[in-house]
Amino acid sequence: MKSMELVKVLGAVGALAVAGVAFFTFERPPVNVVQRGYRGTGLDEIYNPRHLAAEAALNKVPAMLPQMQVGPLAKTVYKNVQVLGDVHVGEFTRLMASMTAWVAPKEGCAYCHNVNNMADDSKYTKKVARKMILMVRDINSNWTDHVKKVGVTCYTCHRGNNVPQYIWFKNDGPPEAGGFAETYTGKNLMIGPDHSSLPYDPYSAFLKQDPHTIRVQSTTALPSGDRHSIKQAEWTYALMIHFSTSLGVNCTYCHNTRAFGDWSQSTPQRVTAWYGVKMVRDVNINYLEPVQSMLPAYRLGPSGDGPKVFCMTCHQGAYKPLYGAAMAPNFPELYLASADTSTDSGDSGMTPAAPTETAPATATEPTTPSTTPPAAAPPAATPAPTTPMPPAASPAPTAQPPQP
Amino acid sequence: MAMYNFEQKYRVRGGTLLGGDLFDFWVGPFYVGLFGVSTIFFATLGTLLIIYGAAIGPTWNIWQIDIAPPDIKYGLALAPLKAGGLWQLITVCAIGAFVSWALRQAEISRKLGMTYHVPIAYSFAVLAYVTLEVIRPVLMGAWGVAFPYGILAHLDWVSNTGYQYLHFHYNPAHMIAISFFFTTTLILAMHGGAILSAANPQKGQPVKFGEHENAFFRDTIGYSIGTLGIHRLGLFCALSAAFWSAVCIVISGPFWTQGWPAWWNWWLQLPIWR
Repeated sequence: MKSMELVKVLGAVGALAVAGVAFFTFERPPVNVVQRGYRGTGLDEIYNPRHLAAEAALNKVPAMLPQMQVGPLAKTVYKNVQVLGDVHVGEFTRLMASMTAWVAPKEGCAYCHNVNNMADDSKYTKKVARKMILMVRDINSNWTDHVKKVGVTCYTCHRGNNVPQYIWFKNDGPPEAGGFAETYTGKNLMIGPDHSSLPYDPYSAFLKQDPHTIRVQSTTALPSGDRHSIKQAEWTYALMIHFSTSLGVNCTYCHNTRAFGDWSQSTPQRVTAWYGVKMVRDVNINYLEPVQSMLPAYRLGPSGDGPKVFCMTCHQGAYKPLYGAAMAPNFPELYLASADTSTDSGDSGMTPAAPTETAPATATEPTTPSTTPPAAAPPAATPAPTTPMPPAASPAPTAQPPQP
Repeated sequence: MAMYNFEQKYRVRGGTLLGGDLFDFWVGPFYVGLFGVSTIFFATLGTLLIIYGAAIGPTWNIWQIDIAPPDIKYGLALAPLKAGGLWQLITVCAIGAFVSWALRQAEISRKLGMTYHVPIAYSFAVLAYVTLEVIRPVLMGAWGVAFPYGILAHLDWVSNTGYQYLHFHYNPAHMIAISFFFTTTLILAMHGGAILSAANPQKGQPVKFGEHENAFFRDTIGYSIGTLGIHRLGLFCALSAAFWSAVCIVISGPFWTQGWPAWWNWWLQLPIWR
């Protein structure tokens, strides 16, 4: 009967392990539920208030210097001011000090500048910073469909780090055979978005030059020539999970999952996200990839490519970066001159986001930054919120599966 | 109504759980009982309330009729009749009818001197329903997270509620429940196949019984669970499927608010290889 005792011991150990997992790996009530669709549709955001408290601490707006629109223009005072020449010298100095706090708080001015000759362009960081200011201006002025009046500053991504904490490089994964011996096909490794085993580099496929089609769901009930595969669906799924975890929301923040692709049943946020995808591609193609040649080797990824942005770079777990606190309008020089939307308030505190949703279905945007998105239940008895069509069809349609 | 001559023998009075002799009689083939009456009461009232809900709703299309729970803002309070109150009344009726039905099964079991396997088995389905409509909403603090009463509406709820956790296939209890559902159908099909093949021999052959069935599975997989055992296994698998279904939804929300893939991170974080 020794074997019986062994079975008992093993059973007890197993039961203890299961009990340990059951008790220590889950969360607990109470939870917050934010209703975002007609009642009973399951269009809800579910939040753990303990997690939100931790998230809120990570997404605080830093103290900002008051605006200083005084003095002559920077180009008349300093040499080699290529981008910020038309900014008053007081404001120019304020921005330089702010950038130091946002990007290189430890290293100080010397992170970008040769302190013996501030006009010197010998440091790569200065050249990159110049390109990044152009990028921020482009985003704030030309991508308002996505960033609205909240805008972005260096701090939105950098948060006091030389390089933003959340960036991506091309990820080829471990070496694997091809053809019939192909194994991972870029997935099954528990290193995908949200620790899933979905494809671990959907960003290369969707968020740069020549992107693959994101939309894979058939638009007809019966087969009608749609060649999208399950493999493609998994790549899209991986990208979408990245969206969700970056924003701290679930799939229903944008989609009514009964029909993912149907704009008329989606929430207005899906339109904002659609512009976000376009914006991220544009930023990667026009700003981050050109910067690659300026970077030293230790800033490059394993495949030799430069760092690139995705949703997490700015959002960092919040449905709006910094919960929608508008820092950028306090820095009018971070907008293109022709599209200056500065508030010119000189307010060093955070200016809450104005209600700027373009879509009519939600009327309730928060006037103060909140850790959870606003509840948005449409008043009508129709279970589907309505939203306007985005302007164009999906970019770069291709039936090719993304190659890992 | 026609009745086999031996049926009279099993129509015994007594054994009721509540109400003594009240309603302790048969109508045709059906035992009535106090719980039969309460079942009819709740089922009829609930159905009429659903019809009323459809009448004040936007459609008579059977697929699209939707009686939805209250908005989240009502929490666990009573809601106005046309803003989810109807759903609350119908839920009370449904639970009244389901529990009455289980108790009626228990009374019939007692009359026949049987054990309670049937009402216990049925109770697991009721448990799954109560978990979805009462236990989980109470844990999450709002009736609004419960599913609506509508053929397509409740399917849309299932889809959206699953996607609240990004990828429901990563829900550990969902994995177990699905495994039990598939196992249940597999062993039911194999059992059905074994019985039918034994009972339908080739022409001229005698009908086969238990030992032939045992021999078949011993020859095939080296083991036969036996004629009684297969029914125990079937009950266990089926009840486990219902039980783990209830677990998989009650942990989604009250005990996990993130994507289910992220839950598995505890495995990566185990100190032995972190």
